[in-house]
Amino acid sequence: MLSICDAFVTFNPGTPLAVPALRGVDLDIKEGQFVTVIGTNGAGKSTLLSAVAGDVRLDKGGIYIDGHDVTNWRTEQRASMIGRVFQEPRAGTCSGLTVEENLALAASRGSNRSLRNALGGGRQRRQLADQLSRLDMGLEDRLGAMAGTLSGGQRQALSLLMATLLPMKILILDEHTAALDPGAAATVLALSAEITGEQKLTTLMVTHSMRNSLDYGDRTIMMNSGRILLDVHGDKRKGYDVPDLLDLFKKTTGTEVEDDQLILA
Amino acid sequence: MSALAVAGAIEAGLLFSLVALGVYLSFRVLNFPDLTVDGSFPLGAAATAVAIIHGVDPFLATAIGTFAGCCAGFVSAYLNVRFRILNLLAGILTMVALYSINLRVMGRPNISLYGEDTIFTAFEGLIDLGIWTTSAILLVIAVVMKLLVDWFLGTQVGLALRASGENPAMARAQSVSNGRMTLVGMTVSNALVGLAGSLFAQSQGVADVSLGIGTIVTGLAALIIGETLLGSVKVFWATLGCLIGALLYRLFIAAALSAGFLGIQAQDLNLVTAVVVAIAVILSQARRNSRFKLWPKMRSLLMDTQPQKG
Ligand SMILES: Nc1ncnc2c1ncn2[C@@H]1O[C@H](COP(=O)(O)OP(=O)(O)O)[C@@H](O)[C@H]1O
Ligand SMILES: [Mg+2]
Repeated sequence: MLSICDAFVTFNPGTPLAVPALRGVDLDIKEGQFVTVIGTNGAGKSTLLSAVAGDVRLDKGGIYIDGHDVTNWRTEQRASMIGRVFQEPRAGTCSGLTVEENLALAASRGSNRSLRNALGGGRQRRQLADQLSRLDMGLEDRLGAMAGTLSGGQRQALSLLMATLLPMKILILDEHTAALDPGAAATVLALSAEITGEQKLTTLMVTHSMRNSLDYGDRTIMMNSGRILLDVHGDKRKGYDVPDLLDLFKKTTGTEVEDDQLILA
Repeated sequence: MSALAVAGAIEAGLLFSLVALGVYLSFRVLNFPDLTVDGSFPLGAAATAVAIIHGVDPFLATAIGTFAGCCAGFVSAYLNVRFRILNLLAGILTMVALYSINLRVMGRPNISLYGEDTIFTAFEGLIDLGIWTTSAILLVIAVVMKLLVDWFLGTQVGLALRASGENPAMARAQSVSNGRMTLVGMTVSNALVGLAGSLFAQSQGVADVSLGIGTIVTGLAALIIGETLLGSVKVFWATLGCLIGALLYRLFIAAALSAGFLGIQAQDLNLVTAVVVAIAVILSQARRNSRFKLWPKMRSLLMDTQPQKG
């Protein structure tokens, strides 16, 4: 479904501030696989996800989605194949649009937008309200509220719904619960697992919690300084616990994980 | 203030409400500080005036003036989108170029439309409200344009445009091409300004190459007054604010002129407008920051207490 081949990215190339963010990443993800990504700060996780989404262009290598070589496609061209939830709750929704308008914008993703009224009639509104009610946050009664008036957790849940509203190839979640309080984070994470399971979505999820990286999904990769260090799945992964990940990290890099970089529990 | 002066102020207010709608689209919706306006306003006037003195039907001439505005907006947007020229600079370049273009279009610094057929003379047979006839026609046009902008911003393209202006990264992720939205939004915005210039020439009976100076600031003044009175969050109220803001502003100017307030004369208009906009912006920023900065500071000055930490 998704293939990343020998991907290299350097920010500010040719300057003293040059940062090699990806240094030869190879990754193949099968349809329906849920991959969690973990790694220290600056390991290149966000860069990898942005490269898949199209916001970051590769210096070398290729990206293939569902057989299409999308390496040179712009973000908006890939958007019909990709659902994305950003880390920052403000980033994934538009404050100045109502909840309903945000959803309507997501509903026309990938199609040619016309001069038709964006908000449908009562039937479409009821469908949206149905979708919103499963979030269990009371948003179905706030279709006309500006997204800017929602809490962080509500906005993130809305982003998740917007990302998964239409059929797509890959769902990208980049620490999408990191900016939320623990309660909201747990709710949004549970929702993500529920929706991805239900729609059998191919998913790439970055998390800073080692625990979550093993509890969710069916494959875990660990990144360090622009490379994939560790890739576990199947029965081997079932036997893993957080200390095993820490051990492996130490064995391959020769350094300890500092606990402000990753939540160990 | 004489009735004639009031009628004149209302006409000017309604004309500038169209500019304010255009400025709302560029500055607010699209987040594109567009200075093309000072050139596209006289361009609309010039194109329409030239068409009319060549015997073109006034309605077609109005369409020509509007289309000329479209082109001006498109050029600024294209400079910004295609060649990555800073949006402010792109607008300034187009505006400066348009000064020469407007002279070329007219062939001389001004054209009088006195005694020519205009869309206003076309309507005079239908409605006769004396000195209020022009105002009535302009009111209908302004309201129709306001409703058209409301409708447009509620379409699928309109939503994409609003998202693109507010949150380009999110818009991209929803398959919106931000570049295309800039082109569309700027074209529509300057169409409104071109229309305003066209109607200005026809209602005031003259197109002049220096007409445009200060258009953008007047449009901004109207926009900010409207936002202050009616809020800026919902499109319906923001566009209504453009109409009301422009009307109030021109009435205020007319009153100040006729009362000889502070000795203000017609040539001081642009100075007054600039000062009003500056004060309005400073006040709105102060209000936004007050909880964090200004108000505790002022309170501590006024009440001789320490600003609260927190
Ligand atoms: N836009 C950018 N410009 C310059 N450097 C960047 C940019 N984005 C990320 N980086 C750098 O690239 C490296 C990888 O960053 P990132 O992918 O965000 O790491 P992670 O998400 O794993 O914490 C870091 O050293 C970071 O400072
Ligand atoms: Mg990151």
